[in-house]
Amino acid sequence: MARGHSLLAYAITRLVLAVPMLVVLLTAVFMILRVLPGDPILALWGGRTPPEAVVEDARRELGLDQPPWVQYGSYMTGVFSGRLGTSIGELYRGQSVWAVISDKLPATIELAIGSMIVASLVGIVTGVVAGSRRDTWIDVGIRLYGTIVWVIPIFWLGLIFQLVFGVWLGWLPPHGRWTGTDIPPQVTGLFTVDALLAGDLSRFGKAVAHLVLPCLTLGLVLSGFFTKTVRASMLKTVTADYSEAARARGVPERRVVARHAFRNALVPVVTVLGLQFAILFAGAVLTERTFSIEGIGQLLLNSITSKDMTMIQGVVVVYAAIIVAISLVVDILGAMIDPRIRL
Amino acid sequence: MLDVRDLQVHFPVKMSAIQAVGRALVRQIRRGRTDETPVRPVVHAVDGVSFALGPGEILGLVGESGCGKTTTARAVLRLLAPTSGRILFEGTDLASLSEEAMRGIRPRMQIVFQDPHAALNPAMTIGQAIQDPLLIHREVAAAEAKEATFRVMEEVGLSPPEDLFDKYPADLSGGQKQRAVIARAIILRPSLIVADEPVAMLDMSVRARILELLLDLKARHGLTYLFITHDLATAKFVCDRIAIMYLGRIVETGPAAEIFREPKHPYTKALIAAVPVPEPGRPRAQALPRGEVPDAIRPPRGCRFHPRCPVALPTCGWEGRDFVDYLEDRRLNPETARVDETRIGRPTAWTASGLVVHRAARPDLAKLEEAVRSVLALAPAPLREAVTEIDVSAGEVAVRFREPEPLEPRPVAGRSVECLLY
Amino acid sequence: MTDALLSAKGLRVHYHTRRGPVRAVDAVSFDLLPGESLGIVGETGCGKSTLGKAILGLLPPRTKVEGSLRFRGQELVRLAPAAFRRLRGEELALIFQDPMTRLDPLMTIREHFVETLRAHDRKLSEDAAADRAAKVLRSMGIPETRLEHYPHEFSGGMRQRIMIAMAVVLRPKLLVADEPTTSLDVIVEAQILEILEALRRSYGMSLLLITHNLGVVAEVCDRVGVMYAGKLVEIGPIADVFRRPIHPYTQGLLASTIHMGTTELRSIDGMPPSLLAPPPACRFHPRCTFARDVCRAEEPEKVEFRPGHVAACHFGRDFL
Repeated sequence: MARGHSLLAYAITRLVLAVPMLVVLLTAVFMILRVLPGDPILALWGGRTPPEAVVEDARRELGLDQPPWVQYGSYMTGVFSGRLGTSIGELYRGQSVWAVISDKLPATIELAIGSMIVASLVGIVTGVVAGSRRDTWIDVGIRLYGTIVWVIPIFWLGLIFQLVFGVWLGWLPPHGRWTGTDIPPQVTGLFTVDALLAGDLSRFGKAVAHLVLPCLTLGLVLSGFFTKTVRASMLKTVTADYSEAARARGVPERRVVARHAFRNALVPVVTVLGLQFAILFAGAVLTERTFSIEGIGQLLLNSITSKDMTMIQGVVVVYAAIIVAISLVVDILGAMIDPRIRL
Repeated sequence: MLDVRDLQVHFPVKMSAIQAVGRALVRQIRRGRTDETPVRPVVHAVDGVSFALGPGEILGLVGESGCGKTTTARAVLRLLAPTSGRILFEGTDLASLSEEAMRGIRPRMQIVFQDPHAALNPAMTIGQAIQDPLLIHREVAAAEAKEATFRVMEEVGLSPPEDLFDKYPADLSGGQKQRAVIARAIILRPSLIVADEPVAMLDMSVRARILELLLDLKARHGLTYLFITHDLATAKFVCDRIAIMYLGRIVETGPAAEIFREPKHPYTKALIAAVPVPEPGRPRAQALPRGEVPDAIRPPRGCRFHPRCPVALPTCGWEGRDFVDYLEDRRLNPETARVDETRIGRPTAWTASGLVVHRAARPDLAKLEEAVRSVLALAPAPLREAVTEIDVSAGEVAVRFREPEPLEPRPVAGRSVECLLY
Repeated sequence: MTDALLSAKGLRVHYHTRRGPVRAVDAVSFDLLPGESLGIVGETGCGKSTLGKAILGLLPPRTKVEGSLRFRGQELVRLAPAAFRRLRGEELALIFQDPMTRLDPLMTIREHFVETLRAHDRKLSEDAAADRAAKVLRSMGIPETRLEHYPHEFSGGMRQRIMIAMAVVLRPKLLVADEPTTSLDVIVEAQILEILEALRRSYGMSLLLITHNLGVVAEVCDRVGVMYAGKLVEIGPIADVFRRPIHPYTQGLLASTIHMGTTELRSIDGMPPSLLAPPPACRFHPRCTFARDVCRAEEPEKVEFRPGHVAACHFGRDFL
């Protein structure tokens, strides 16, 4: 097979394989939520015993009276046609689960991607510098940085940023996704993208300004872990046999680090970063709270407290889809870097 | 004592799920246009190996890396499952034995590994490591086990055993570690020892003493060795009989002295001639076999050595891909490369499947046929003479090769050789 | 010998470790003539690989190098890193033991060559570099179509050919080969040795062959040096050292080597010493059957016992 095609063929295969992966994951979600102790209807009544007829009605409405395989069938067809049912919790009772999620999801996506950019940039730059200058003062300094930011609580760092940049200096909006009512015309729900689609740079700037503090907070805390991962990987590749061989051929040190050491260090790092990105979606809840951003992290938390079974299921299904998408991207990135795992 | 018949060990090629699915898909799409790559590629690590080993004998399995010698050894010990064949050890066929039943046999057969640093658990003391088999296979009291361990340690030259018993592997030299590995192998008094390159990782000045120890133990306990090595000099010195392996087959087997005095198989000849000898001024080996050992996923047809053999015959198993390889060779010369580029096409334009190689869809088939004939005329004689016909039909030119003559080990001058020359 | 290509005088290399300095190379002196091939033999940990790395300036940071190492009249000890970098690949080249790990798995062979050539000539176009690569690869029996392949698509022998091709593409004056065939099979080994010989003949390149394999040295080298515990204990023409060795270590090493003519097994008692705390005076004395008081008290001088045949043994005369 032609060389250039093997990457394409890999990407296509990987894309095809994402479907069974999603099905398996969704099945797992279904089983876990059904197997979990506690009846969702009884839970809604919070300890009090509801009248028999009410329970029966609710069960019928949710399809819980059907045999498990029928429930599974309607669950799967529902998920794949975008029908996730209606909320049964206090907060959103009667509203379409998908509508509520699609209202909150863009905020979390913007936050997660923004934080990932911050964390990767900071983590990779510091990791590469530290890893290629082992045991120098700059390496020691960066290692110290990595440890410190890793243990800083998110809400504390967020609070400091809000006070310093939002309140004292007044440079950036301290909370929320938007101030005012002139939000960009909704296409994707991502304010940054929608502003750009409308060709409105000033509103794009405003959207970015709102993102800076939360992304910086979450990104910096995460960057400590990235720094350590990249540094550990670089330590190996900088002294690897192929790096030494490149030096022996007179390749300048800068290029040995940038080309041989860095690219090889990325191979294991990409997988780890991808995993972290997935965790970021679920873990963004603290940041969302601190910066009063209504994302799905908050939504999930609220649904759990209000025992909103269908909403919990909807959010978890969305998480499953996100994880499948991220692992797809990670695998393709991996194959782009490393020819050995292509077809 | 040990009788191995038609042993085959095949491994599936390791690949990720994505690669497996992807390759299967690609294969579906380009059906009929690809090479003969199998759907589920298999490494033919050992492909029909037979040998026998009498009590007190040292048989050397000799060959280059990837020839299947270590796989054979591991299959004999049932450290991996053979694909087919029989392994008769003291009258029992191990090939089909359950893991449970093997446990009863294992004390009778032990292994000495190549890398003594990796063969010893760094968290176990030398004494613990050596007595471990005793505690597993025999119900003995701790004191008794320790006493037995001391005896074996003394025997392999780990003395004083009292001092070394509580040492960790990290405190020992490579030679001492290998002695410990040997002690662990003989403590159950096995009848068969498989020695897998037992001195390859050791320094020159230590090797001799480890070999001496192995020979000494053999004499004292009447041990039988299956000795795996890539080093012909060691094999020559140590072994009574040797079996030369190439790509999963035994090509020549017989008394060591005979084979080294006058090798018969062309591969054995090449192997022995290539060994560097520490004798300044000695003329270098002439006419080395070309290239390297081919891929064991698709071993060559007929005699596996035929593409590299300096004395190959037209009946040795020439096939379509040998023609493609020949075209590849011609590209090393800028002159012939330029000629071929326009007349024959790149080697990748040719598709080999079994005994046939063909190139399709050229407007001027007659010209292509003409070019193929002229290129073949310049090819090495055995390849050229193995062509049965050049077929022009259905918009393609196909070169057909003859069926190889069946190959089997034949008795030649006191040994057995698998070669059509004899 | 003023016309030596490479001249080491009292070269010392001390590694810095937590347990103290490791004297990997200790007062080593030798000359290497243009076009000559010198073998350096010794067992694991004798310092022979360190010597090779010192010549290429590839020692880890904080390694102490003393003495003198002159290459074409230029002092390499304390040469500025930038100047040393330019020498590497252009004038000095190194090939390693394990070709499997020496090529960057993420780069094609073409990228390797282009990188190497452009590190020494920034103005060279990528195509011109690839042309040169194709030519030298062809001379090693690798068709140029394989330039676009990745390292994992080649066998061990092929990779070593590629490593050699890359090492000699700029026609260096000196090729240091550190165990170049140790991980290869005998037939491929013989092929690689043939290539090295041919290169030396056609380019007039000098070869410093570092190996533990005495057979390889006998086939390839004009002269041979024997290292023991960081010291060069004997050096001389290959025929003299192999047929009439002077130093007891050389004698022991030759006797303990198992080769096709071996009829009885011999070995050297004891173990090679640790380079953290090597024995005083003659480093071989604890293992030497001929050792006397003077061997434990005084370090032996290097004496030229025969023309060009130097050994460091108090009783060298007895072995003539």
